[in-house]
Amino acid sequence: MSFWKRFLNKFLLDIFGKKKHVKLGLYGPPNAGKTTLANTICKDWLGEEMGSVSNIAHETREIQVKEQVNIKNKKGRELSFNLVDTPGIATKIDYEDFLKAGLKENAAKKRAKEATKGVIDSIKWLDDMDSVVIVLDATKDPYSQVNITIVGNLAARDIPVLIVANKVDLKKSDLKKVQAAFPQYDVIGISAKYGKNINDFYEALFELTK
Amino acid sequence: MLTLQFVPHAEIEDLGSARRVKKLIDIVKENKIVLLEGRLKKEEETDLIAIAMEEVDSKFKGIELAILNPEKKSQNIFKSFKSSVVNVLLGNRTGLTIIGPASIVKEIKKNPDKIELFTKEIKKKR
Repeated sequence: MSFWKRFLNKFLLDIFGKKKHVKLGLYGPPNAGKTTLANTICKDWLGEEMGSVSNIAHETREIQVKEQVNIKNKKGRELSFNLVDTPGIATKIDYEDFLKAGLKENAAKKRAKEATKGVIDSIKWLDDMDSVVIVLDATKDPYSQVNITIVGNLAARDIPVLIVANKVDLKKSDLKKVQAAFPQYDVIGISAKYGKNINDFYEALFELTK
Repeated sequence: MLTLQFVPHAEIEDLGSARRVKKLIDIVKENKIVLLEGRLKKEEETDLIAIAMEEVDSKFKGIELAILNPEKKSQNIFKSFKSSVVNVLLGNRTGLTIIGPASIVKEIKKNPDKIELFTKEIKKKR
């Protein structure tokens, strides 16, 4: 399906000289900084934030879409896309983890229920993406099966992928380990919170959505 | 007591994607650790996560998953082509897929040809 969608996009581009808005998805495990990155992009180019962030995992539990984000690079090239921020993908969700993080029982159970639905929605939306940025926490083990499964799924669907190693401002971060885990992909180290290397990230988006 | 259930690839190869995934999840929900010969298709591996999430309730907390894939980078073109044809015809039988219930399996670490499976401490009732 993705192949035909891309074929159609290219066909429209050739005929009308203008590509329709690409859907750019931010995917990754919980608490990797997807919404922080989405906020940075939206603040830089739209002047407003996209969603709330928290230290407690699964803060984003619904798909959020910001339409028509237009970015420009130094050479004057423009790129327009619909930014899709997705709930973090996990294989297990236990409300007791939210209790330990300080939530009350009802809030923890509600969060767990919404988080499971969020994971299902994220996976359902994979097929709709034109390009995907995988956001990983550079302080964590990049070889987790969730990361490998998402990347493998996108490769099978022939969807272009850029890997972002976030939180490189932290001492524990290890960009080289992330790069070694995904040698066949471009991996960019950034700090979404502090804007470090964010221009390199924007430049990479132009390559990703070519 | 920890129960490991070996699932030969032949046991799932005739099933459609949804039934394959359901079969594996059903075994895991019996608090058993599945050792599947080979691996599922890439799309089925993501479906496995989605279905596990659909099944989450007060008892079932999801799964821990690890796939051991012995693909060698140094494979020559002929061997690579041969294994691709075998995978298409018979399914991917190389490697091992481990799926455990998250209430029992805390973490599965790959290193990369060795697997370490950490279980949760089960509190004894007095």
